[in-house]
Amino acid sequence: MSPTLTDANQSFADQTLADPSDGLAALEGRRSTAETYGIPLAVLAELTHRCPLQCPYCSNPVELDRGASELTTDEWKKVLSELAEIGVLQIHFSGGEPTARKDLVELVQHASDVGLYSNLITSAVLLTREKLSALADAGLSHVQISFQGNEPMVADRVGGFKGGHAKKLEVAKWTRELEMPLTVNAVMHRQNLHQLPDIIQMAVDLDADRLEVANVQYYGWALKNRAALMPTLEQIEETSRIVEDAQSRLKGILAIDYVVPDYYALRPKKCMGGWGRQFFNISPAGKILPCHAAESITGLEFESVRSNHSIAWIWQNSEAFNRYRGTGWMPEPCKSCEFKEVDFGGCRCQAFALTGDAGNTDPACTLSPHHDRIFKAAAEEAAGNHNRFIYRNFAGGTLEPVNDAS
Amino acid sequence: MPSGRNISVSETSRPKLPRHAKLKFDETRQVWVILAPERVLAPDEIAVEVLHLCDGVRSVAEMIDQLAAKYAAPREAIATDVVAMLQDLADKGFLAEAREKTP
Repeated sequence: MSPTLTDANQSFADQTLADPSDGLAALEGRRSTAETYGIPLAVLAELTHRCPLQCPYCSNPVELDRGASELTTDEWKKVLSELAEIGVLQIHFSGGEPTARKDLVELVQHASDVGLYSNLITSAVLLTREKLSALADAGLSHVQISFQGNEPMVADRVGGFKGGHAKKLEVAKWTRELEMPLTVNAVMHRQNLHQLPDIIQMAVDLDADRLEVANVQYYGWALKNRAALMPTLEQIEETSRIVEDAQSRLKGILAIDYVVPDYYALRPKKCMGGWGRQFFNISPAGKILPCHAAESITGLEFESVRSNHSIAWIWQNSEAFNRYRGTGWMPEPCKSCEFKEVDFGGCRCQAFALTGDAGNTDPACTLSPHHDRIFKAAAEEAAGNHNRFIYRNFAGGTLEPVNDAS
Repeated sequence: MPSGRNISVSETSRPKLPRHAKLKFDETRQVWVILAPERVLAPDEIAVEVLHLCDGVRSVAEMIDQLAAKYAAPREAIATDVVAMLQDLADKGFLAEAREKTP
């Protein structure tokens, strides 16, 4: 006998360097999952696009869902019940800022009642200790808090929210006091990468279980801000060295996941584990999406939980999911590429944003005919000194006042 | 409750799963899973059996005895495997120990 624990991990941000595991493959190993599209293990529920922070790299679409279009409490409850019924095991409550929803405790409780394991992905700035405690009592099992830096000067400027950093530190402490595991999510870019060693130490000091060092992915808001955010190649090489060193030094103390900036990789990331393959998310207004940026691709019709279709039907049959599933849709150079089932052609949203056609090879790939032109432009931006942010908001973005941008 | 990364599993440990690591039978896929922060682990049959014995009362030594009797296997080999599996879980932060003092 030799008892083993296979990692069936299926991080929704399945973009880590190692990408060691494929959740469904581990659980459904007896069948070929690549062709059957089993129901995902975990689903991201974006409860709202409302958020007190204005991070210039927000992963929400530039066209934000207004509060009035959000699913109601009862609609979300029905969705959670349906997800559990069809085999989803985990729910990630995200946003926007999910704690901006007044019914969050009720939704977490409902997730627990139907047997879903719940994670909260939050900026933390709206939480009180009472609220966090109520969430824990409702069955919340894990808290992930985003940090914009390791000290308020940089962090509060990036988030566009005064006092935010101090509040995050406080909520992180409450999380551990309430015996919930904590993940620190640090989104990195040219203007905060110098803080990475201090951010790693901050995560250790906060007694976090896990740190996600996530380089900005450049679509949506981040693409608008690319000139202010894009790191230099030297910064990235230094970052990789710092992360690798910390990973071995902190083994057993802090797990560190590293999301590489794909602009500087040779091959594109296996975005979302492949389009429609092991992940979907639900937008505030109830659209079922292959990734949280998918609505940026024009010309695709996404079905809603408000339609007459079941969630399972939408996952398996809707045109938007089947459009870029598997490898049949691929043009050259993907079509004849030996890596086509490794990265599934990379990111559809990035292909759309940078080439105008979501059906193209992700230009992050050096084999893409668009690669050289785009990445030369990005490298020039990285070397430049355009540091002013366009803050994320419902008005389509607001340029940072000149005196704050140093 | 001491939980997670600083636990050193020995035969005297009385481990149990913490609140944030849930052992559950996945009806859809007909397999046991451990649900943990943003992760799903797939324990094999014997690991599931070990985890069912982790109630915070039973010691690891008692679990090993029980498994050795059941499988008529050498105790030493079982002990090595069980401790390694539990330590792996502890290192990931997915194991807790019952409090030292009992009222």
